[in-house]
Amino acid sequence: MLVLNDDQVMLQDAARGFVSEKAPVAALRKIRDEKIADGFDRGLWRSMAEMGWTGVLVPEDQGGLGFGFVGAGVICEEMGRTLTASPFLSTAMMAATALSRAGSPAQKERWLPAIVAGEAVIATAVDEGRRHDPAGTAMRAERHGNGFRLSGTKAYVVDGQAADAVLVAARTAGSAGETGGFSLFLVETATRGLSAERLSTLDSRGAAELTFDGVEVTADAVVGEVDDGFPLLEIVLGAGRAGLAAELSGNAQESFDRTMAYLRERKQFGRTIGAFQALQHRAAHLFCEVEVARSAVLAALQALDADPAGASLAVSVAKSKASSVARLAAQEAVQMHGGIGMTDAIDIGLFMKRMQVASTLYGDADFHADRVARARGF
Amino acid sequence: MDALEAFRRETRAWLDANCPAEMRTPVSGDDDICWGGRNFVFKSEAQKVWLARMAERGWTVPGWPKAYGGGGLSHEEVKVLKEEMRAIGARSPLESFGIWMLGPALLAFGSEEQKQEHLPRIARGEIRWCQGYSEPNAGSDLASLQTRAEDAGDHFVVTGSKIWTSYADKADMIFCLVRTDFSAPKHLGISFLLFDMTWPGVSTKPILLISGKSPFCETFFDGVKVPKANLVGTLNRGWDIAKYLLTHEREMIGGGGGGLLGGRSPGQVAAQEIGTDGEGKLADAFLRADVARAEVDALAFAATMARYKDEAASGGKGVGDRSAVLKYYGTELNKRRHELLMRTAGHEGLEWEGARSNDGERPRGWLRTKANSIEGGTSEVMLDIVAKRLLQLPNA
Ligand SMILES: Cc1cc2nc3c(=O)[nH]c(=O)nc-3n(C[C@H](O)[C@H](O)[C@H](O)COP(=O)(O)OP(=O)(O)OC[C@H]3O[C@@H](n4cnc5c(N)ncnc54)[C@H](O)[C@@H]3O)c2cc1C
Ligand SMILES: Cc1cc2nc3c(=O)[nH]c(=O)nc-3n(C[C@H](O)[C@H](O)[C@H](O)COP(=O)(O)OP(=O)(O)OC[C@H]3O[C@@H](n4cnc5c(N)ncnc54)[C@H](O)[C@@H]3O)c2cc1C
Repeated sequence: MLVLNDDQVMLQDAARGFVSEKAPVAALRKIRDEKIADGFDRGLWRSMAEMGWTGVLVPEDQGGLGFGFVGAGVICEEMGRTLTASPFLSTAMMAATALSRAGSPAQKERWLPAIVAGEAVIATAVDEGRRHDPAGTAMRAERHGNGFRLSGTKAYVVDGQAADAVLVAARTAGSAGETGGFSLFLVETATRGLSAERLSTLDSRGAAELTFDGVEVTADAVVGEVDDGFPLLEIVLGAGRAGLAAELSGNAQESFDRTMAYLRERKQFGRTIGAFQALQHRAAHLFCEVEVARSAVLAALQALDADPAGASLAVSVAKSKASSVARLAAQEAVQMHGGIGMTDAIDIGLFMKRMQVASTLYGDADFHADRVARARGF
Repeated sequence: MDALEAFRRETRAWLDANCPAEMRTPVSGDDDICWGGRNFVFKSEAQKVWLARMAERGWTVPGWPKAYGGGGLSHEEVKVLKEEMRAIGARSPLESFGIWMLGPALLAFGSEEQKQEHLPRIARGEIRWCQGYSEPNAGSDLASLQTRAEDAGDHFVVTGSKIWTSYADKADMIFCLVRTDFSAPKHLGISFLLFDMTWPGVSTKPILLISGKSPFCETFFDGVKVPKANLVGTLNRGWDIAKYLLTHEREMIGGGGGGLLGGRSPGQVAAQEIGTDGEGKLADAFLRADVARAEVDALAFAATMARYKDEAASGGKGVGDRSAVLKYYGTELNKRRHELLMRTAGHEGLEWEGARSNDGERPRGWLRTKANSIEGGTSEVMLDIVAKRLLQLPNA
C-alpha cells in the first residue's frame, strides 16, 4: 500500500511538530548570519538524538529504532519544509546504512552507539569532480604493510567540515569508469595526512573538500569487501539519494504552500492575484507535479525497505522527479511573489538555494533520468 | 501464508486454467476490445469464452458487491487480480461505460430496483451504455445544458440533442442529463435519466474524427417517453450524480494509455525500432533525453495513481476531486507518449492506409490521443478544478 502506516503517521506528526518548534527557517538564518562553522547546530542534533532520529535506520538489536527508510524519509521531508540543517542525511542515513549492513563488529561497536547518541558525525566522500560520478572515482588506496595508503582529493563532501570520521570510496584496483576495484574505508578525520578545506556554500550549510595525502589506515578500516565495494556504495548512495528526494519533496511542498498563501493575500488590480486564471493554472499544474513527486518518493522509500539492493530504479525516478519538481516550485514561488520574492527578507529564496544544492547532490535530474533509461533498456 | 497470498495462488491457478491463449496476446486496436451489448459481435470464440468465465466469477467488475454481479473483492484483492492478469498478459474481458461510469454512480445513488436491474447486466456485458452529457452549446460549461424533460404524469417526455456521444450508434442504453427545471439556477434544475436507445424518438448520426474513425455521434431526442422509474436519485438533483460519475470517468481516462504497445514505453519502443549503441543506449541522443524524462514522469505518475487509489481505499472513499489531477496529468502524459512514438517512427509513421502500417495504426493512434485532454473535461477545466476545489484559490 502506497500510504504511510499508523506508526509512520505518528512519526510524521512528531517530526513536523519538532522542526517547526526547534528548527524553523529562522534557525538556518542564524547559522548563516553567525557563520556557524559546523553548518548545523550541535544542540539541535543532540535533541534529534533524544527523539531517536539518529537511530532511525539502525536496527533495534544494534540500539536503534529500526524505523526503516520510510521513517527516515518522513523526517527528511519535514526537515525539507523548514530547511533544517543537520547531519541527518550523512550520518543517520548514509553512514548508519553502511555500518549497520557491512560494518565489522568492531566498527559497529565503536560507531553505531555514537551515531545513535548524536555524538558522532560521519561524512561520505565519493565525488572528485564537478559532477556526481561514482564510477569515475580515481582516488587510490595502495596496499601498504598490513593496511592501505590513501591519496587523492574528494570534492564537496557533505558535512565533511564537521565530521569525526569519513566513509571514503577509493580504488584498490581497476581504473576510473569501472565499477570493479572499489573499496570503502572508514577514516577518522584526525588521521595524519587528511585535511579539510571548508567550503562556504549557497545553502549556508557548508561542505568540505577533503585531501588525502598518503593517509595510512589499517585493514580494519575497510567497510565491506575489498575490491568489491561498489554494490555497498550504491546502497549507501541510494539512502542519500532517497533522503534528498524526500527533502526536496518537502522543500517543494513548503514553497508551494507559501506561494498559495501569498496568492490568496496579495491584491493587485483590485483583487487577490490568486483569482487570475493565468496564475491559477500554473499553480494547479505545479500542484500536480508536487503530488507526482511525492508519490515517487514514497514508492522509492518503500522499495528501499523491501530490498535496498533492488531499489535503484525507484530511487532514481524519485531523485530525478523530486529534483526537477522542486526546481519548478522554487522558480514559480519567486515569480509569483513578484519583487518581494527576490528579497532576502522572505524565506522563498532560501528554499531556492537549498533546492539547488539538494538537487545537485548525488546526481541531478538528468543523471537519474539517464539511469532510469538504462534500467528500462534504452 | 497470509490470506492475500493464498488468494494470489488461487487466482494464478484459476487464470492459468481459464484464460484462453488467444486472450493473452496484446490488443492491437479498438476492435480487439470486448465492449459487450446486445449487438456485439465477438471477434472470436476465445473472446466470448473469456468474458463468460470472468463474468461468472464476477471478475469483470471484481470490486463490486456479489449481489450485483461483482466479485466482492477487497481493494487489495482487486490489485492482486490485476497484477496476476498483467503477469500473463491477459486482456481485459470487458470494457464499458457501464463499468467505468454508470455502475459506480448507480452503486452510490441508484435505488435498489435500479441496481438489481442494471448492474448485473453491465457485469455480464449484456447491455452497452453511452453517455449523454455534452450538447452543442454545453461543453466545458456542462451545467448550461438545454435538453428538456417535461413531466407528463407517470413519465417524462425528452426533447433535445446531445453531441460527441461516444458509441451512441452501438449502445443499447443511455445515461442522460436533462433539464427538468428551467427557472432554477442552472446546477439545480438537472436530472439524471436512463433510457433505451431503441425507444421511439431516439436517433443518432455518426461524426467523423481526424483519426478517420467515427466512434461518436450526434444524438437526437424527439419526444422520447421515459418512465419516471428511470429517474436516478432525486428530481433536479442530477448534477450531484453527474459530477460523481465524472470523477470516475476522469480517473479512468487519466489511467489510460498504459497498456499501449504491449505495455512498452516509448523509450523501449524506440530502442527496438531505432537501435542502441555499444553501451545499450538509444542511438538518437535528442530522442533519448526526451524518452528518458517521459519514462521518469510515467513511472512517477503510475505511483501517483496507485497512491491515490490506496489512500482512497484506506479512507473508505473515492478519489474525488483529485481525479482532476489524474485526468490532467495522465492525458497530457499520454499525448506526450504518442508524440514520442511519432518521432520514433519517422517516415514509417506517415502511412495512412495499407497492410504495412496496419492501416496507419500509429498516426491514427497519435491523432486519437489529442482527444484525451478534451473528453471527460478539458485540461483547462481540470486545472480550474484543481485551483478552485483543491487549492481553494478565489474566484475571479
Ligand atoms: C531587482 C528589481 C529591481 C527593480 N527596480 C525597480 C526600479 O528601479 N523602479 C521601480 O519603480 N520598480 C522597480 N522594481 C519593481 C518591479 O517593477 C515590480 O516588482 C514589478 O512591477 C512587479 O510588481 P510587484 O513586485 O508588486 O508584484 P505583483 O504585482 O504583486 O505580482 C505578483 C505576481 O502576480 C502576478 N500578477 C500580477 N497581476 C497579474 C495579472 N493581472 N494577471 C496575472 N498575473 C498577475 C505577477 O506577474 C507576479 O507573478 C524592481 C524589482 C526588482 C525585483
Ligand atoms: C473523443 C471524444 C469523446 C467524447 N465522448 C463524449 C461522450 O461520450 N459523451 C459526452 O457527453 N461527451 C463526450 N465528449 C465531449 C467532451 O466532454 C467535450 O468535448 C468537452 O467537455 C469539451 O467541450 P467542448 O468540446 O464543447 O469544448 P469547449 O467547452 O467549447 O472548449 C473549447 C476550449 O475552451 C477551453 N475552455 C472552456 N472553458 C474554459 C474556462 N472556463 N477556462 C479556460 N478555458 C476554457 C477548453 O478547455 C477548450 O480548450 C467527447 C469528446 C471527445 C473529443
